[in-house]
Amino acid sequence: MALLDVRDLKTYFKTDDGIVKAVDGVTFSIEKGRTLGIVGESGSGKSVTCLTIMGLNAKRNTITTGEALFKEQDLLGMGMRRLRQIRGNDIAMIFQDPMTSLNPVHKIGNQLTEAVLLHQDVTKKQARARALELLKAVGIPRAERRVDDYPHQFSGGMRQRVMIAMALINDPDLLIADEPTTALDVTTQAQILNLMNKLQEEFGSAIIIITHDLGVVAETADDVLVMYAAEVVEQGPVNQIFSRPHMPYTWGLLGSLPRLDAETERLVQITGQPPSLLRPPSGCRFHPRCPYVMDVCKQTDPPLKPVTGDIDHYAACHLDEETKDREATKLLAGMVAEARTG
Amino acid sequence: MAVSTDAQATEQARPRTGNELLIVEDLKKHFPVTRGIIFQKEIASVKAVDGVSFSVREGETLGVVGESGCGKSTMARCVMRLLEPTGGQIIFDGRDITKLSRAAMRPIRREMMMIFQDPYASLNPRKRVGFIVAEALEVHKMGTDAETKRRVQELLEVVGLNPEHYNRFPHEFSGGQRQRIGVARALAVNPKLIVCDEPVSALDVSVQAQILNLLKDLQRDFGLTYVFIAHDLNVVRHISDRVMVMYLGQVSELADRVTLYREPKHPYTGALLSAVPIPDPVKGRERKPVVLEGDVPSPLNPPSACRFHPRCPRFREGHCDVEEPPLYPMGDGHLAKCHYPLEHWPLTEEEFRQPGRQAVAT
Ligand SMILES: Nc1ncnc2c1ncn2[C@@H]1O[C@H](COP(=O)(O)OP(=O)(O)O)[C@@H](O)[C@H]1O
Ligand SMILES: Nc1ncnc2c1ncn2[C@@H]1O[C@H](COP(=O)(O)OP(=O)(O)O)[C@@H](O)[C@H]1O
Ligand SMILES: [Mg+2]
Ligand SMILES: [Mg+2]
Repeated sequence: MALLDVRDLKTYFKTDDGIVKAVDGVTFSIEKGRTLGIVGESGSGKSVTCLTIMGLNAKRNTITTGEALFKEQDLLGMGMRRLRQIRGNDIAMIFQDPMTSLNPVHKIGNQLTEAVLLHQDVTKKQARARALELLKAVGIPRAERRVDDYPHQFSGGMRQRVMIAMALINDPDLLIADEPTTALDVTTQAQILNLMNKLQEEFGSAIIIITHDLGVVAETADDVLVMYAAEVVEQGPVNQIFSRPHMPYTWGLLGSLPRLDAETERLVQITGQPPSLLRPPSGCRFHPRCPYVMDVCKQTDPPLKPVTGDIDHYAACHLDEETKDREATKLLAGMVAEARTG
Repeated sequence: MAVSTDAQATEQARPRTGNELLIVEDLKKHFPVTRGIIFQKEIASVKAVDGVSFSVREGETLGVVGESGCGKSTMARCVMRLLEPTGGQIIFDGRDITKLSRAAMRPIRREMMMIFQDPYASLNPRKRVGFIVAEALEVHKMGTDAETKRRVQELLEVVGLNPEHYNRFPHEFSGGQRQRIGVARALAVNPKLIVCDEPVSALDVSVQAQILNLLKDLQRDFGLTYVFIAHDLNVVRHISDRVMVMYLGQVSELADRVTLYREPKHPYTGALLSAVPIPDPVKGRERKPVVLEGDVPSPLNPPSACRFHPRCPRFREGHCDVEEPPLYPMGDGHLAKCHYPLEHWPLTEEEFRQPGRQAVAT
């Protein structure tokens, strides 16, 4: 039994313009100690997927269906009290903007101590010791002196560390990180990813990392979920996604990337823009932008089908496997050849 | 051995070829920090740009990289004369424009245009796209109404927008399309130079690719010269002919694109390059980033001598914190502001910490 098992998750928002199908039938699971990367362009439903699992959508105009089994208990049908116990204890979340989880008017140390006291039966002194330990673990220099600072006294990178300390303080089984390094410079990003990696080794937590950076996914994830217009279009082990991608959208993402290890005169570009989730295109949602579009693509939404010869690798595309293998090989060969000359 | 001054070293390392469109010499911009409400007293200054020199040749793209706050935007705004420099010289197309009056600047304004990161913030939301693009033409009084409309529709087509969208408002376009409007507006007056300040940083990769391809096509078709600012090293490498790395208001390294990425000399450039994730699960996981200590210091109180010394793995006490390194010439116009430049690339962690030879100024 997986640590988290999400089945046919749908999140629809009722808005003045109509129903926004922000997540439309997403299925995945994650085991203890593993890292799942969710990639896709902005608006594809990555954040809403995770917010729904955490029960953080506004109740009023949201319709949620499906299941999110965490240790065999459905998070979606759970009462608010039980959910609060799980949040911040068994499951923790870090966001792109640390100020969404830090209170600007309270000292860092007190916020961390509070978080421990809320979920663990310890004395205040023990909780404070734990807070200090975590600040050191995430690499805050002179933690003893900084523990009584306010969030605004920290730089962006340091705040991100504090938020990670906050997320990890109760040894969560699952950490959900939504674009944790998107707002950071590359050298700080390297520090934070390093840190998450070390902490995972130490605590054995499972991590879901949402990002639009394929480099970050390639280096951190064990498994990858590619989302497009509220649906999963490809999923599988990271090596297979990068060495044998089987969906034209994934090819587009890989080809549109300028990269240090390849020389490209002209980038592959996906024409047009992502569709509206109010009125998504018929059939395959990617068909209006797909260079390989066929008649069937306009009518029938392709299901996720196993990729022959691979294990746990699924792709949603009507193209025949031969064509997909040929095109994927061509794309990757181009990048490798360029890497050699570059 | 005679140690030459920074300026001399720079001069020697950068022989003028005569076709420089833009020359920037020792540019400085210090923002005063004041206290008091009625009698404002200057108590300190933010040295946002502190002695930057470079040149851009006609038809080339100079990429500018560096972490946020290192002064890229401030430098760009000074070059455009949108900010008054505290010191230094800006020579555009053979003319010193540093001190030109507004009136004298007017004809030059149409030769240097700027594209910004946030296309939405830089487009007037209440004006139609046709007007926004035409505005530049009208300011410079170029052509009759009919000519203007034809020119605008032509421009919309050039940047890949539907000319029939002439009457739409900015909010009716997606982020990528708005950036195209920004490009059309910049192109309207046939500029020679376009300064692009993080033009693709806010866009998704697929749309980013569209804009990067567009900028390259336009450069080829119209012989444009670009200063292209970004913090993404992949993007800068893709678009640039030469690359300048900035740290805390100064140039730390400058070289042609291939050399900079293949043989970085400054430890900061090395750290930056090693920190970029590679979209390849095998190669990516073999990557060993040089992890820098701490954060970028404040430009209010920059560190003494070499500004990078408190974070530098190669730091040598009594030298790097005492004597400011000049931009040492590394051959072929490659400059690096470091006493202990990297011997080769990539380096093991040990090699990174253990510098061999010292740099030679002349
Ligand atoms: N509360 C909401 N009400 C209506 N639409 C929403 C709401 N939250 C998100 N959306 C829409 O749902 C879609 C998916 O959003 P999101 O999950 O945030 O995308 P991503 O994280 O992949 O960038 C977007 O089109 C977004 O505009
Ligand atoms: N108007 C201003 N007043 C005071 N400080 C400023 C002003 N504009 C920029 N700065 C400071 O100057 C430094 C450089 O900023 P900027 O040029 O925007 O950097 P970059 O574009 O490289 O991110 C930063 O420390 C910034 O806070
Ligand atoms: Mg999101
Ligand atoms: Mg800037």
